[in-house]
Amino acid sequence: MSAPASHALRDNLTMLRRNLLHARRYPSLTLNLLLTPVILLLLFVYVFGNVMSAGLTGGHADRSEYVAYLVPGILMLTVAMTSLGTAVSVATDMTEGIMARFRTMAISRASVLIGHVVGSVIQTLMALVLVLGIGLAIGFRPDATPLEWLAAAGLMALVSLALTWLAVGIGLISPNAEGASNIGTPLVMLPFLSSAFVPVDAMPGWFRWFAEYQPFSPAIETLRGLLLGTEIGTTNAVLAVAWCAGMTLVGYFWSKARFSREPRR
Amino acid sequence: MTTKQTKQTTQTTQTTQTTQRNEPGLAIAATGLHKAYGDKKVLDGIDLHVPTGTVFSLLGPNGAGKTTAVNILSTLVPADAGQARIAGHDLVAEAQSVRAAIGVTGQFSAVDGLITGEENMLLMADLNHLSKQEGRRVTADLLERFDLVDAARKPASTYSGGMKRRLDIAMTLVGGPRIIFLDEPTTGLDPRSRHTMWQIIRELVSGGTTVFLTTQYLEEADQLADRIAVLDGGRIVAEGSAEELKRLVPGGHVRLRFSDPVAYERAATALRETTRDDDALTLQIPSDGSQRELRAVLDWLDAAGVEADELSVHTPDLDDVFFALTAGTAAPATTAATATKETAR
Ligand SMILES: Nc1ncnc2c1ncn2[C@@H]1O[C@H](COP(=O)(O)OP(=O)(O)OP(=O)(O)O)[C@@H](O)[C@H]1O
Ligand SMILES: [Mg+2]
Repeated sequence: MSAPASHALRDNLTMLRRNLLHARRYPSLTLNLLLTPVILLLLFVYVFGNVMSAGLTGGHADRSEYVAYLVPGILMLTVAMTSLGTAVSVATDMTEGIMARFRTMAISRASVLIGHVVGSVIQTLMALVLVLGIGLAIGFRPDATPLEWLAAAGLMALVSLALTWLAVGIGLISPNAEGASNIGTPLVMLPFLSSAFVPVDAMPGWFRWFAEYQPFSPAIETLRGLLLGTEIGTTNAVLAVAWCAGMTLVGYFWSKARFSREPRR
Repeated sequence: MTTKQTKQTTQTTQTTQTTQRNEPGLAIAATGLHKAYGDKKVLDGIDLHVPTGTVFSLLGPNGAGKTTAVNILSTLVPADAGQARIAGHDLVAEAQSVRAAIGVTGQFSAVDGLITGEENMLLMADLNHLSKQEGRRVTADLLERFDLVDAARKPASTYSGGMKRRLDIAMTLVGGPRIIFLDEPTTGLDPRSRHTMWQIIRELVSGGTTVFLTTQYLEEADQLADRIAVLDGGRIVAEGSAEELKRLVPGGHVRLRFSDPVAYERAATALRETTRDDDALTLQIPSDGSQRELRAVLDWLDAAGVEADELSVHTPDLDDVFFALTAGTAAPATTAATATKETAR
């Protein structure tokens, strides 16, 4: 029942173009979501910065050290926030009449979703460049080699891909944009319960286990290692990749199953 | 104005079927389609056979299941039971081949409101796998035909209802589908756009395209359709050409309106077979509207020495058929609906 491969590829590109066009015409959704990580970055550095770095370095306040600690976490938070945008735009798109038209056309069905996913990952990478730029402007000084930069970009793309597929599934089960934003909230909360802002060692014992092994902490620790040369630890690297692979697979099959159901309305 | 009518609400199940059952030559062949939503049986076993290159119109009151039938035949929703072949392909087993052969304009707007009309058209061209050049050519051509050139660069969400509708249909035609489903295509169009649309449908059909149409404008079915089916209570209650359907209902009459009660009484006694409406001072005389019958009525009036203030000829139209066949559910009482249809001569 699937179209020839060349058609499927073209359909994916067409749908990608459609989604990027939407994003370009109506950038407010992504920009609004970007505000959160940017504001938190500035808030934690300039308002709580001294306290946080004192906690980090055991006494003496050195703001630049906390900037170095925080930026990788904020980058992952950015990935999470922009994936929330995906959930919202998928939910909105599903209520659009044109979906019915797509369903009666001889196109690759998955292209509708793939267009969303690839478009979102591209948008996320652009958002990351922006946030990273702000980080550099306020004193973030990574010492990564080009290869480590590449690995860091790859890692963020992987996390973005995984969260985006989950977000597509969330968008598909949501009745509307608001619903998607509500259902997606736990996902965006996860970075706050990770090692993004404070090391897991500083957390109470009962909570540490969760914080250490949930998807974001391993990814953030790996990213820190790549950008700053801190100890990554095999466990973190493996966990990060495993989480990404797992979430991508779950999100992909979940979304596909939801999308091939009888349309609502 | 209360026009008392002697309309016989023939709850007809008469069908004037001459359906061809041989597979070749049929663009749409469906048998025993069932669909229920919860307890509600929407389609209760309907058969549809549409020869290639013809216009088939499905009529029925609101909620009769017309859109459901279109949705099923266009692979949008699965039927609970029944089979259908579209363009020779099985609806379920070869859904993608069916989709390649059809174009669908649903009842509800199916345009992308966030992008411009032109971008919508180019999107369709890409999804129909046309070359860039071909896509641009088809887009320009259709925007022109549907009078959307001026609005082509504006977001579709800013279009008026009628413009959206036209864009919707233009998008359906991009891939040059052989079979087109149009669910109330002219709802919301002004008379000029409607006639343009009819013209376009006629052109498509003369080029060999098959059109499956639902409409609330019975004149539209009358104008366009080779065959008409009336859907009511989940079943096809009548099917045939417009002429065949009109023969199912009695209806042709001459109507005389008086202002003078005395003249009215005199006419009522002079003429036979009349139906009286004492309140409105009108008489209805069954008639096929021919010159001969009209003259006979005039001669009677002259002989009786009475003069009617107004004489109008009413020929049965699809509205009469519709009301008669779907009376059970639609129950339009006897309103002015039919009276206003009369053609004053
Ligand atoms: N997705 C759905 N879920 C539940 N009920 C539905 C659904 N779609 C249609 N129905 C019901 O099926 C019946 C037929 O609906 P349908 O839209 O096919 O009618 P229609 O003939 O197209 O009416 P209209 O002239 O108003 O467009 C209605 O009673 C409707 O409420
Ligand atoms: Mg309908």
